[in-house]
Amino acid sequence: MHEIATQGFAYPNELHVAWSVMIALYPYITGLVAGAFIVSSLYHVFGDKDLKPVGNMALVAALCFIMFCMTPLLFHLGQPFRCFNIMFTPNLMSAMSIFGYICFFYMGILLVEIWLVFREDIVQRSKEGFIIKRWFYWLLALGVTEMTDESRVLDKKIVGVLAAVGIPSACILHGYVGFIFGAVKSNPWWSTPLMPLIFLLSAIVSGIAVLILMYMIAMKLTKRAVSLACIQSLCKYFWGFLIIDLTLEGLEVLTMGYEGEESWGILSQLMTGKLALSYIWIQGIIGSMIPLVLLGIVTLRPLKDRSKVIFATVSAAMILIQVFAMRWNVVIGGQLFSKSLRGFTDYNLSLFGKEGLLMSLILFSLPFITFYICTLIFPVFKDSGEVKAGG
Amino acid sequence: MYTAEFLMPRLGRSVRGPAYDWEKHFYGFVVDTTACIGCGRCVAACKAENGVPDGFYRTWVERYRITEHEEVLVDSPRGALDGFSEIESAAKVVKSFFVPKLCNQCSKPNCVQVCPVGATYQTKDGVVLVDDRYCVGCSYCVQACPYGARYIDHHGRGVADKCTWCYHRLVKGLLPACVLACPVGARKIGDLRDPESEVSTILREKRVNILKPEIGNEPRAYYLGLDKEVR
Repeated sequence: MHEIATQGFAYPNELHVAWSVMIALYPYITGLVAGAFIVSSLYHVFGDKDLKPVGNMALVAALCFIMFCMTPLLFHLGQPFRCFNIMFTPNLMSAMSIFGYICFFYMGILLVEIWLVFREDIVQRSKEGFIIKRWFYWLLALGVTEMTDESRVLDKKIVGVLAAVGIPSACILHGYVGFIFGAVKSNPWWSTPLMPLIFLLSAIVSGIAVLILMYMIAMKLTKRAVSLACIQSLCKYFWGFLIIDLTLEGLEVLTMGYEGEESWGILSQLMTGKLALSYIWIQGIIGSMIPLVLLGIVTLRPLKDRSKVIFATVSAAMILIQVFAMRWNVVIGGQLFSKSLRGFTDYNLSLFGKEGLLMSLILFSLPFITFYICTLIFPVFKDSGEVKAGG
Repeated sequence: MYTAEFLMPRLGRSVRGPAYDWEKHFYGFVVDTTACIGCGRCVAACKAENGVPDGFYRTWVERYRITEHEEVLVDSPRGALDGFSEIESAAKVVKSFFVPKLCNQCSKPNCVQVCPVGATYQTKDGVVLVDDRYCVGCSYCVQACPYGARYIDHHGRGVADKCTWCYHRLVKGLLPACVLACPVGARKIGDLRDPESEVSTILREKRVNILKPEIGNEPRAYYLGLDKEVR
């Protein structure tokens, strides 16, 4: 067994960081689900017409992310084949036990909503093309190949209801993930009632960010024009949620420091030492302040179209990194100091292995690959504008 | 003179193998920090008895040295498996002592609360156990334990493990390995339902403390002579 560096004193069992990068990836992907769904609901429930180009795309993206949000957990479990124990015989007192239920409930909402949104297209495709394609879409249509005006109205109504139910579900989904950490009273870096809120807000901003990037790339690849009204509207929400998110993140640390409990000594050392790069620089200064300013400019100042697109894209990319840094700082950072409050341990992210960097990248790419497959099956970009002439 | 009873000290009068009734017992543990000499025999005995993997500990011993400048130096090299070696210190050490650590078998254990599948549970005689055939190895209990008493050997069985106060021995009326191995009697276990047990007597007559009382877990490992620096 290789030696692990420690500084100060850590309990002997703490030399091994129990939760790896996989557990940072888990709330990261879950957060993208919640954020993407909120965006789709802004269109489907609150009727923000500017968001029409990304409304359906957001739904499909949310489904693709939720399909893989539990995969990192499986890679981490010491006994992955027993994973269904959590659903079959849950200990309901555990903050972790009902995640499976919430996740599958939410996945159900997404599946039904997506099915209804694309039902007309599915039905249409079940009647054209070669036989295997027709069968495939006939199966997807669940054999119901008749569309009437009445059924369209009903579908739309149900989509509205599901999207409305989905909003609190999205909030619960990610607020709950924050609760899994916030409820660990033995860890002063995690144990704060603000944790669910911080997770929720950062989830929303990361979801908006990933949608902006996916939208930009998709429009480029499908040779469609980017809707500036859509980008402007997304940036407005993006900026608003980011302000609340950063305020909460700041308040959390401010409260800890001001109260100055016994743990503050080690936590302040953690922030300025082990996490100086990922917390102060990436999460705090570069990842937060630059997007905050850029999005403020996009929202408040008249800008050239090209600048708007560039500012939005840069902000989105930076926020995706910032939110991952936040997950890293919470999950890994919370294990780098000893519960004896007297020292630190190290976490070495390996390149290979089932919990290594390479595997994390592969896992994180899976939702995007699935999204690409979905675009082949459904007309995901049907509301995203016409293909440019000559494209 | 050296009877079998002496060589294999028994835990209590009424504790005997097959007829064991867990509702008739409730265990408590006393650690006398003023007696511990930091020899580490308890750690070695525990490893041997329970097959604890390398790099992990069901019990360990911490050494505290407080210098004239009020600097607190704490160490536990390999959990004190090989005891402690002398360290040259520039500052004069004005106070030093050893603190054995083990699972506190809390009355309100975080680990039991957070286990998503109920693989970690509390026995009626007050010991927290892990069902290693049911544990999924999620490590939530490792995070929740305020004392660092739990571990998961991901290269081994991949399930949570921790000190059980040698429950497999307790139910046979035998003392835990660490208690048996301690040459100075710094570790004592007893049945709190038996008012005459040594642990009951100590709790009744002496001033004892617990680790991290502010967490609210109500540990049942009690410490004699616990210094304020110990966490």
